[in-house]
Amino acid sequence: MKQGSRFWAWLVFGVGTTYFVLPLVATFEFSLRKRRGEYSFDAYRSVFEDPNFQATFTYSVVVAVFTILLGVLLVVPTAYWIRLRLPNLRPVVEFITLLPLVIPAIVIVFGYIRMFGSNSTLPFLATARGTDALLVIGYTTLALPYMYRAVDTGLRTIDVRTLTEAAQILGAGWTTIIARIILPNVLIAVLSGAFLSFAIVIGEFTMASLLNRPAFGPYLQNIGANSAYEPSALALISFAITWGCMSLIQILSRFAPRSANRPN
Amino acid sequence: MAEPFLSIQQVRKAFGATTVVQDFNLDVEPGEFVSFLGPSGCGKTTVLRMVAGFEEPSAGKIVVAGKDITRLKPNQRNVGMVFQAYALFPNLTVAQNIGFGLKVAGMPKADADRRVAEMLDLIKLPQMGDRYPYQLSGGQQQRIALARAIAPKPKLLLLDEPLSALDAKVRVSLREEIRSIQKKLGITTVFVTHDQEEALSISDRIAVMYGGKAEQVGTPFEIYNRPATKFVANFVGTLNVLEGTVTDAASGKVRVNSQEVSLQGKLNGSKPGDTLSLALRPEAISLGRHPGRDSSLSGEITEVHFLGSVIRVRVGIGGSTVSLDTFNSPASPPPAVGEKAEISFSSGDMLVLH
Repeated sequence: MKQGSRFWAWLVFGVGTTYFVLPLVATFEFSLRKRRGEYSFDAYRSVFEDPNFQATFTYSVVVAVFTILLGVLLVVPTAYWIRLRLPNLRPVVEFITLLPLVIPAIVIVFGYIRMFGSNSTLPFLATARGTDALLVIGYTTLALPYMYRAVDTGLRTIDVRTLTEAAQILGAGWTTIIARIILPNVLIAVLSGAFLSFAIVIGEFTMASLLNRPAFGPYLQNIGANSAYEPSALALISFAITWGCMSLIQILSRFAPRSANRPN
Repeated sequence: MAEPFLSIQQVRKAFGATTVVQDFNLDVEPGEFVSFLGPSGCGKTTVLRMVAGFEEPSAGKIVVAGKDITRLKPNQRNVGMVFQAYALFPNLTVAQNIGFGLKVAGMPKADADRRVAEMLDLIKLPQMGDRYPYQLSGGQQQRIALARAIAPKPKLLLLDEPLSALDAKVRVSLREEIRSIQKKLGITTVFVTHDQEEALSISDRIAVMYGGKAEQVGTPFEIYNRPATKFVANFVGTLNVLEGTVTDAASGKVRVNSQEVSLQGKLNGSKPGDTLSLALRPEAISLGRHPGRDSSLSGEITEVHFLGSVIRVRVGIGGSTVSLDTFNSPASPPPAVGEKAEISFSSGDMLVLH
């Protein structure tokens, strides 16, 4: 490579890195200033010692786990069936799964409140557990575009039809085929979708706040409104969680099963 | 005649307005190896997929061992199948792939392990049990797929172009291995291929298919030497086709490019003036007159290809060209292009195509 083009490549890389990293460094530096005159981790200690932090974070993690489970149960068989038997419906399903990106969460949650209020035939909002379930359903909807695309991409890498037929002719039923052949072969894709769902759920504010659930998103907002240094610490903690999820996707993708359908 | 093991009766398959298989009939004896041979789109794979249960016939019946399986699901048929694309499960090891059907059937683990080891020995890959499919060559993967298909002791083995994705050398060795395993186990087998050499070399019988129908069903010898239709004659092997005009039907005289050939007993129903397509295999023709060959035609050598042990010669006879092979002889040089030549053949070897 020529010296000149290498210089410009490094320059662009440097500018880009600065653009992304500088705000993080500034936030980190600010989060260390809680103690006057010296740097300390007091803001972080204060966040971790806050019982509300632990409670809301635990709540959001549990909700995220249920969201992932519901998402997997909904998306894997759907995407599989669309690929296997209803390829003509794929554009329609892709459009439906994209809707949560277009319809704001606030619209969805107001719809829920009107539809599933205590006077409705399905009174999800009448109990705390019901509201939790509704929150999980809402989060599954929000994560649908990411989960569906991740799983569909995973399914594209395997010969779904032939593998299904090979398993069928060996005596397997649908449950065995999905659980033992399809799911393990798209597991990395499912995990990618799962981590994206996790990242969405951990930081989500609108739905949790309007459904009045003790989630991490509203807690972040509350701290941000009432403290100076803790919001910066929390922002970095959230960032680390999201980055951790993305790194896990990258690491796990190295273990994806390789296709056996390679001609000589 | 014994009861057929597999009986395909009046089967028809239509996708919308398109009929891809029509009135297909075939009886396969127990332990027989039958090939479906035909060009792409002739319906051979569709028939196989109907036997496997992946497609439901629009009409007709499929019977295996006296039981009507037409409406059974694929997982209820106890049929083994090998696919063109191997279709090994990428997430399972070789041993787990072979044992998949056994596990699904609920076989105890110890018995299943024994059977898997037996299968690995059968396909001569005893050390490969712990490998994953991506660590194997195409030929090895297809042998594993074969072992997986026969491990649960299916009633019927279906092979859907299993050699198509392999290179030429592996293809030949694997087809011999498939045939030898099939004979050893005595399993009734249906093999789909578009490769005539494959079909001719390993089948007990061949069903040549065209346009969704079986054009001819017969032994490889019958299919090659006594093709029933023009399509079979053209599709299987190399064929020289000459146009002839009947001059005397009673004595079997036919004029080919102003030369007369005698085809006594082969012109049933023909009358003087009828035009016929006459076919000769290259190996039935000799260059020059030879004793025992009762017919001859004269022409001019148009092409000579020296191929080592064999010399391929093309002789122009009127508007037609006849291709024939002669063995190379170090004592005599090959014929030259432009030389006058006479070809001889037995009229009994000439096929009248309908």
